[in-house]
Formats: sequence, structure tokens, C-alpha cells
Amino acid sequence: MKIRTIGRHARESLKSIGRNGWMTFASVSAVTVTLILVGVFFVIMMNLNRVAETIEQDVQIRVHIDVAATEDDQGSLKSRLEAMPEVKTVKFSPKEKELQDLVKSMGEEGKAFKLFEQDNPLNDVFIVKTEKPQDTMKVAKKAEKLDYVTKVKYGQGKVEKLFSFIKASRNVGVVLIFGLLFTAVFLISNTIKITIIARRREIKIMRLVGATNGFIRWPFVLEGLWLGIIGSILPIVLIGIAYYRAYDYIGPRLTGTFIRILPFDPFVFQLSGILLLMGAVIGVWGSLMSVRKFLKV
Amino acid sequence: MFHIVFLLQILSNYVTLIFKIKNNWVIYMIEMQEVYKKYPNGVSAINGIDVRINQGEFVYVVGPSGAGKSTFIKMIYREEVPSSGTITMNGVNLAKLKMKKVPLFRRNLGVVFQDFKLLQTLTVYENVAFALEVIEANPKYIKKRVMEVLDLVGLKHKARMLPTELSGGEQQRVSIARSIVNSPKVVIADEPTGNLDPETTWDIMKIFEEINNRGTTIIMATHNRDIVNSIRHRVIAIEGGKIVRDESRGEYGYEN
Repeated sequence: MKIRTIGRHARESLKSIGRNGWMTFASVSAVTVTLILVGVFFVIMMNLNRVAETIEQDVQIRVHIDVAATEDDQGSLKSRLEAMPEVKTVKFSPKEKELQDLVKSMGEEGKAFKLFEQDNPLNDVFIVKTEKPQDTMKVAKKAEKLDYVTKVKYGQGKVEKLFSFIKASRNVGVVLIFGLLFTAVFLISNTIKITIIARRREIKIMRLVGATNGFIRWPFVLEGLWLGIIGSILPIVLIGIAYYRAYDYIGPRLTGTFIRILPFDPFVFQLSGILLLMGAVIGVWGSLMSVRKFLKV
Repeated sequence: MFHIVFLLQILSNYVTLIFKIKNNWVIYMIEMQEVYKKYPNGVSAINGIDVRINQGEFVYVVGPSGAGKSTFIKMIYREEVPSSGTITMNGVNLAKLKMKKVPLFRRNLGVVFQDFKLLQTLTVYENVAFALEVIEANPKYIKKRVMEVLDLVGLKHKARMLPTELSGGEQQRVSIARSIVNSPKVVIADEPTGNLDPETTWDIMKIFEEINNRGTTIIMATHNRDIVNSIRHRVIAIEGGKIVRDESRGEYGYEN
């Protein structure tokens, strides 16, 4: 295709947007509404995901070491743990520190445990963190079989439940976003179809004077692209402002908890890029779907 | 670039012509053999047509309404495909022409309709230039050529007007200008004067005559008895999907 033809298509598509004022408005609002929904949903999803990640990061495996183990035995156990491909870090925590932590966590009543300082019944512990949280169970099972390991604890039961809950909510989110996008494509292809029906004559005449299908299709594809891009502006601005405000409001209230929401920069910029891309894709896809029908004769 | 392609086309046409004459083949502009057309709803519009039309001929297609005239015309510009039989134009078999090749084929012919089929949002100039833009012709060439054909149909001074600002006859002249702008070998006209008053009709016919004199084949479906009887040309009469009469300087032959 020649450059001046591309220029012509661009000009034609822009003219057509101006000419079909109301249909343009309808298509753009369809994109806008859907992208606002998708965007808001996306913000919520991503933040929930972030929270889930922080929770996942906190999951650790506590490998209790046999009292009979010598320092050498401990060393070899440590290196064997570190040798596992899924393992990220292995940290040694002596039994004195374990007792202190226990006393601290029990608060006032914990003082009763202070008596054990003379004869500490606890074990030394290796605190193991895995590369991926999902590997926790696997690593724990492997660690159990190693020499000088008495017990392996990682919050059995609870962790499995937590992980399956996070997984389920992620899947639901993905399905919902795809559902919304599908609806958007459908809506847009319908609105563009109406503009195309109004211009059936034009397409027919173009075919009559020997325009190829590609040549006829291009202005419509570009029109869809513009509609998608215009339609994504309002959602980007609205969500940007809303997120900025929400971040200012919620952010300080969350200090002291383990929950953090995603920072404005770069999250909102990434989100804007995604929304723009989504708008463009659904616009182009919608117009391709509807113009196809009129090019078959 | 366009000129080179154009020259190459002329050259290749010339070579094939020599080749065909050497082999004692007669080439027809349009040739139909055993053509039948049955529509999906069961109507048989064309029931066995054999016809040959030479380059440079002027042919009237006449017949009562619903006789198959329109289908006949539509099959020539590949709007309809015959159910059986072959139609060749310049050696290309339209019955087997692939969808992708249809636009390229249409660039070799011009079509004029009763309802003009102009784009209302474009000016006269743009409507005519449109036919050259879609084939991605050189902008300089487009400008020159469009003004040339507008001059031929006598509308050079109204190039900047919109179709709605023109009379019916003028609109039809624009559509004729569009049909001949890419120098087709064949112009097909489906009742081009059907919507026009008698006086304008003669103006339009003069233009067709002029185009025909320059060597373009013209096939015109018409209901206008006066035209057929006074500007004598070959007449093909279609009734019940068959050619019932084919005379070289025939009469209209129907009561209006």
C-alpha cells in the first residue's frame, strides 16, 4: 500500500467520525462505559492480588532441628535445604531466640515461660522461604525426610486453604474481565454495524468501481481504532483521578497493617496503557467483525 | 509508475492480440455460452443464452419487465454468477473468477445506473476521482484525467458542486464520467435514461454515442422506444430469459 493511500484512509476515517456524529457518540460511550467497568474491576483485582501476594510472602517453613545434631550436622542440613531448587533462603534461628519470640507473642502470660530459660525445651530452627509460595507444601514434605529433622511446620491446613482461596479469586477475576471485554466487543461491533449499514451504499459503489476489500476495510478499521482510543480517554482520566484520591485517603489508614495498595506511579500509568490498548483492540475488532459481512458479495 | 503499468498493459494486450490472430482465434469483447441463471428462491431468470459482442459495438438490451434484462446485465459486471454456462470478457471466464479478482476485473469496465449511485457527501469532482483513487492512481494523473472526462460530459464548471445541487441529467452525466474515468473497454448502462425527461435523455445519449465513437463497447438496457428507433444500433431482445431477437440495426419492437 502506498503512503498517500494510508493518508487517504486516515483522512476518510476521521471525516466519517465527524459525519456520523451520533453513531460516533454511541460507539464511544459504549467503549467508555465498558472500559470504566473493566478499569475499576482491574484496580480492585490488582490490589487484591497485591494483598494476596504479601500474605503469600509471609508463609514460611519452620524446620525443627534434632537436639542431638552437632554443628556439622546442622551445617550439612542447611546446605541440603539450600540445594533444593525451590528454596530461596534458609535462616538459622537458635532456640534461645525461639523462646524469646514465644514469650513475646504470649504477652503477659508469656512470662510464665521465662522459667524455661534455664532448661530450654525448644529446638533450633531453620526458617525456610521458597521461591514461589505455592511450593511450600512440596518443600515441607521433602524437608521432613532429611536427617536430624524432628518436625516441619508451615501452618498445615491453613496455608492450603489460603492458597486455594487466592487461586479461586484470581480465576474468577480473570473470567469476569474477559466476560466484560467480550461484552464490549459485542457492543462496539453492533454500534459500528449500524454506522456501516447506513453506509452500505458507499461500500457497494466502492466495490462497483473496483475497490479491493482491503481498500474498503481500512477506513473502517481506522475508524474503529479512533473510536476505541477516544473511548478510553475518559476512563483513564476518571480512574486516574479516583485512584489518586483513594490512594491519599486509604494509604495512611493502612499503615501498621500488612496490607499495602499499589502506588499511584507506576500502577496508574500501566493501567492507562492497558486501557488504551484494550480500547484500540476492541474498536478494531468490532469494526472488522461488522464490516466483514458487507464485503462478501 | 501508473503510466508504465498502463503502457505495459497496452503492450501485453497487443501481444495477445497478435498471438490470437495468428492462431486464427476470434476474440469477442463479451461471449456467453449456454448461460443459465436460477436464483436461490427458484426463479429461473436466464434460460440458455448464447451471445457474442465485439469490441466497439453499441448494443441495446430490450424486453418487457421481469424478462431477465437486469440479470443479463448484472452477469456481465459480475454482480451475479451464472448457475451454468460460461461468460468470458476479454478472455476472462467470469463464471470462474475468484472473489479476490472481482475488483480487478471491475476496473476494466464502467457501470451506469438508473439511480446514478453517486455519493451525496462528495462533490462532483470527488465522485469521479473516487474511481481512480480506489485503484491508487497517481494524484497528478487523477486531477488531469478527472477534468478531462468532466469536460467530455460538459460539467467542468460544476466540479465543486454536490450531486444534490445538480439536475437529474447532470447527475447522470457525473455517473457516466465516473464510469469512463479509468478508460474501460466496456460501459454497461442499466436504464440510464429511465429517470430523465426526453430532452435530457437526448443529451445523455449524445454522450454515450461520443464514448462509443472513441472505441468503447456499450451495452445498454433500455425501455425507451424513441431512442432505440432513432439512434439505430444492434438490438438484443430478451423474453422469458431467452434471446428472442438479435438484429444489427434493429427496432425497439414493443408498444410502450
